[in-house]
Amino acid sequence: MYDAIKLTYNVSGDDFTRAGEASSDVKGKLKKMNVPPDAVRKVAISMYEGEINMVIHADGGQITVEITKDCITMILADKGPGIKDIDQAMQAGFSTAPDNIRTLGFGAGMGLPNMKKYSDEMKIETEIGVGTTVTMKVFI
Amino acid sequence: MDFYHSVHLDSSLCKGCINCIKRCPTQAIRVHNGKAVIKNAFCIDCGECIRICPHHAKQASYDSLDVMNDYEYKVALPAPSLYAQFNNIDDANIVLRALVAMGFDDVYEVSGAAELVSEMSRKYVEEHPEGKPFISTACPTVVRLVRARFPNLIDHLLPFNAPVELAATLARKRAMKKTGLPSEKIGVIFISPCPAKVSACKQGLGIKQSDVDAVVAIKEVYPKLLPHMTYNDDFETDYVRSGRIGVGWGNSGGEAGGLLTDSYLAADGIENVIRVLEDLEDQKFGELDFIELNACSGGCVGGVLNVENPYVAQAKLKKLCKYLPVARNHINGEYLERAFWDEPIEYTPVFKLGKTFAESFDKMQTVEILCAELPGLDCGSCGAPTCKALAEDIVRGEASVNDCIFVLREFFNNQQ
Ligand SMILES: Nc1ncnc2c1ncn2[C@@H]1O[C@H](COP(=O)(O)OP(=O)(O)OP(=O)(O)O)[C@@H](O)[C@H]1O
Ligand code: SF4
Ligand SMILES: [Mg+2]
Repeated sequence: MYDAIKLTYNVSGDDFTRAGEASSDVKGKLKKMNVPPDAVRKVAISMYEGEINMVIHADGGQITVEITKDCITMILADKGPGIKDIDQAMQAGFSTAPDNIRTLGFGAGMGLPNMKKYSDEMKIETEIGVGTTVTMKVFI
Repeated sequence: MDFYHSVHLDSSLCKGCINCIKRCPTQAIRVHNGKAVIKNAFCIDCGECIRICPHHAKQASYDSLDVMNDYEYKVALPAPSLYAQFNNIDDANIVLRALVAMGFDDVYEVSGAAELVSEMSRKYVEEHPEGKPFISTACPTVVRLVRARFPNLIDHLLPFNAPVELAATLARKRAMKKTGLPSEKIGVIFISPCPAKVSACKQGLGIKQSDVDAVVAIKEVYPKLLPHMTYNDDFETDYVRSGRIGVGWGNSGGEAGGLLTDSYLAADGIENVIRVLEDLEDQKFGELDFIELNACSGGCVGGVLNVENPYVAQAKLKKLCKYLPVARNHINGEYLERAFWDEPIEYTPVFKLGKTFAESFDKMQTVEILCAELPGLDCGSCGAPTCKALAEDIVRGEASVNDCIFVLREFFNNQQ
């Protein structure tokens, strides 16, 4: 046996009805593995927000989730436009979502702050025109 | 832990088809050796398998009407959905008098207690803003589902018993006072729309010991009532003690209506309920005060022990409500102790793969490997609802990979 379970998901861009499928699959698996409910919740919320960001801001991408005996690592990688100013993007309420998306209910500017709040560690690597990779860890 | 279930299989009728395994929302059914088997721990008594089984092998157990003979004084507790089974009812007294005519000594409407629960819920929600959004707990299937699958939502459950419990206690008290009989000579008999409520009365849910003595099915009482469903001068007693708020509980949205708030959502039908709970867990809803969830489409009028089509029943109940005052039961800002759970609902992680995290971790690894090997057709021939469910059964030691007919065929082909 290996000491990590690795799950990969392709997230398609611009399909709101499917956004959240990856995080809900991970949530289901963690529950079946006796992961403490609080850690499951942290993973579900932070990963869902990251997944939605990939759909809305970056035309989809790939998510890799690695589960080890003491940590759940989520790597959300996209080839989207990148984030110009990470500090600004991290501010509660900051959003570049266009109005047509705001009417869909996204764009409160709370995604990244919630990802930071619910994960134990978070790292953003981004390059304009190349893409963004968000890595989040939740310890068990 | 062993759970009491009203829903069960009559294996003599079971043909071993795979309709039920596909329909079950908790994947609680398998077909082994040509017969369905319900996994006790997974079943939440929703009744979906009863709805779909073409051979009527899935059934609900409940008490027979003969149970009335066991008591000197019998009080009927009709669920509001009972009123919705009949045509042209503009006065619930017609139903309630018929209950007396068929042999009950008195009736106590569950809707009367429901109004009290509504009033207490309003107060409770207001006094506990930190618990919002509150999830309704009147449907035992929903409570069992949350308990087994949504540990993070348990704190949001409204800690009240279903109204029938309060109705039973109040009805018993009233009967003892009126007759002077001891409690054991009084039979408090609930007329239920569903197996889930039968189970909840037989094995308390949030309550140590139910005050309901017996539970009979609406569909069994129905034919006994029909001959008595007339205006009859001999029976002039006015039994109706509830208003629109109480009777409205029978329809989806009725309980929320009784809270007098606009900040709610009401979902019905088990698949919809699950979707709402998943989203609620991921905090996808903004500020809401209340989430009403009913496992059955349309609300309790859709329970499998009813006779009438749920949506026709819904319309009838609405029409009956039109003639009723808003509410007729009040407690003036008090809490009645019996209305609350006396035993907390605790997380029962029945779907976990192993006993510990380490064991489950190893098993999940095997599940992933098995899922990659299985064909992914979810055909059901192995007796499990999906390939993934078979993989989980295998790691639990309850099935073998050769139960998959495609794996087996491959095996034989390689032998040749
Ligand atoms: N993967 C990404 N690629 C490009 N830009 C991103 C990405 N994720 C976030 N951003 C930028 O950061 C901003 C803030 O993100 P955040 O998730 O906090 O808010 P939002 O997505 O706009 O609104 P909300 O998440 O509340 O619906 C976004 O408006 C967007 O400009
Ligand atoms: S919705 Fe009502 S009838 Fe259906 S299972 Fe729940 S309590 Fe029973
Ligand atoms: Mg966002």
